[in-house]
Amino acid sequence: MKDNSRRGFMGKAFGGVGAVGAVASLFAMKKSWDPLPSVKAAGFTTLDMSNYNENEVITEKWRGKPVFVLKYTPEMTAKLDEKQKERTIVIDGSHYMVNIALCTHLGCIPSYEKDNKKFLCACHGGMYDFTGAVTKSPPPRGLDIPPFKIDGNTLVLGEEGTEYKFMKENGITL
Amino acid sequence: MAHFTKATSIKDWLNQRLAIEKVEKVLASEYWIPKNINFLWAMGMILVITFVLLLVSGIFLLMYYQPNVDTAFDSVNYTIMREVGFGWLWRHVHGVAASVVFLIIYIHMFTGIYYGSYKKGREMIWISGMLLFIAFSTEAFSGYMLPWGQMSYWAGMVITNLFAGGSLHADGLVEWIRGDYVPAQAFLTRFFMLHVLLVPLAIIGLIGLHFGALRIPHVNNQDGEEIDFDEESKKYLAGDKAGSKVIRFANDFMAKDMMVVGFYLVFFFYLVFYHYGFAMDPVNFDPADGLKTPAHIYPEWYFLWSYEILRPFSTDVGLMAFAFAQGIFVFLPFLDRSPNAVPASRRGLFKYWFWAMLVDMIALTAMGKLPPEGIFSTIGLVAALGFIGLWIALPIITYFEKKA
Repeated sequence: MKDNSRRGFMGKAFGGVGAVGAVASLFAMKKSWDPLPSVKAAGFTTLDMSNYNENEVITEKWRGKPVFVLKYTPEMTAKLDEKQKERTIVIDGSHYMVNIALCTHLGCIPSYEKDNKKFLCACHGGMYDFTGAVTKSPPPRGLDIPPFKIDGNTLVLGEEGTEYKFMKENGITL
Repeated sequence: MAHFTKATSIKDWLNQRLAIEKVEKVLASEYWIPKNINFLWAMGMILVITFVLLLVSGIFLLMYYQPNVDTAFDSVNYTIMREVGFGWLWRHVHGVAASVVFLIIYIHMFTGIYYGSYKKGREMIWISGMLLFIAFSTEAFSGYMLPWGQMSYWAGMVITNLFAGGSLHADGLVEWIRGDYVPAQAFLTRFFMLHVLLVPLAIIGLIGLHFGALRIPHVNNQDGEEIDFDEESKKYLAGDKAGSKVIRFANDFMAKDMMVVGFYLVFFFYLVFYHYGFAMDPVNFDPADGLKTPAHIYPEWYFLWSYEILRPFSTDVGLMAFAFAQGIFVFLPFLDRSPNAVPASRRGLFKYWFWAMLVDMIALTAMGKLPPEGIFSTIGLVAALGFIGLWIALPIITYFEKKA
């Protein structure tokens, strides 16, 4: 009996230490699969907003996804209604559309029609106005706006500034 | 220590140390197989042979493949296909076998369903088999990533996106699985590891379990007859080979098994040499490009049925239907409430259930390949609802089944 209780104790002690070790290893394994610091650091894209021409869509890249940047002409700015204004980013007095360039229907990349000032998705015929709001289904919502922070005349994609948080809270973007 | 005598032969020397004669009896010459079976019982051996083909061709591909986003595509499409002597052979064997293995798995599964080979003590055979199906699916998906073409990239994007759980928006989980915001280097290297080490290890272990699960309940037969294997094997060993209901696994049963394997290999190598194109998606011959989506993203044929169950519904309902389809087959031994272990043809309503399920899955597969428009999307929706309905009906119709 004495031997058995000693063996039982050894078993429990080994099991206890082993369980702690197993949980610790699982933690280490989980962390090993996390995105690396270098990957996370590359998750920010800084755009110098003085480089863009009016009514010309430039495709930037943020976290491997294409992002449309479109600077409005004064006429486009003047025509904005309330809903369109909410989607617009104002930097240093100029108005911009900065949207993830993936159709919210099935992820195709829409193209910009410069003369009609609208985006057309060739895959299933979805349409967006120049602010990225839907004008023709099937897309369930307007183009998504990436997290952004306005910093002087630059825009940092991947960081959540006050203007972005406001958009998110008010359901203007996901 | 055990007592050893001077060996009279190499066999005797090994026998004293490893009991090779006993091992041979347990595994082969006195492992008893019923006589009353047909060619469908050879699918297990065909799967073993196909797995060996995958392993051997995989070893040769592994010597030149480079798991790097900049070089992976060329290491497959240039180095292996053009430079390595017979590199094309290994690639085509690997690609064709990866596709055909699922055809055989489905035949193997439906044979088991038809003859009730998941009942009366055979539940663990079925469950370990379904775990193998999951492991093979993971193996197929991770392998599909490796050439790093457009289909690799976008299939990787879409499938990992499923883990966001629709409206749950669990983007953190998706990024954790990828090791990046989009499929990139970390993603490719970890799926390479899964494909060449972790999942094959799991498959080999599960094959051991699958075979082990077979030993006590033994192989089923065409009539679901409960055979007294001890009694019948004694009869056989006593010389009444004609009267016994069983034969030796080797070499007797193996002779028939290998004949079916022979026919299979003719078909297999016909595909490898003359018709390998079906296993090579043309879209995947464009290098991966995260800024360009292919017009249609669809999985390989063997995943189409579950993809079609996902497709006709809204995001969240579709994901639930998809999860249901992936998991439900495992529970078959418990959802079938009838104790009858006989062929479906003698089981009343279950006969119609079996053929309805088979036709429904073929319909889902066909619709999954077609664009989701007009009549196709209606058929797809009906077939998806039919799939779920059949599983709900199963416990009810089998509960009221008459004892055979």
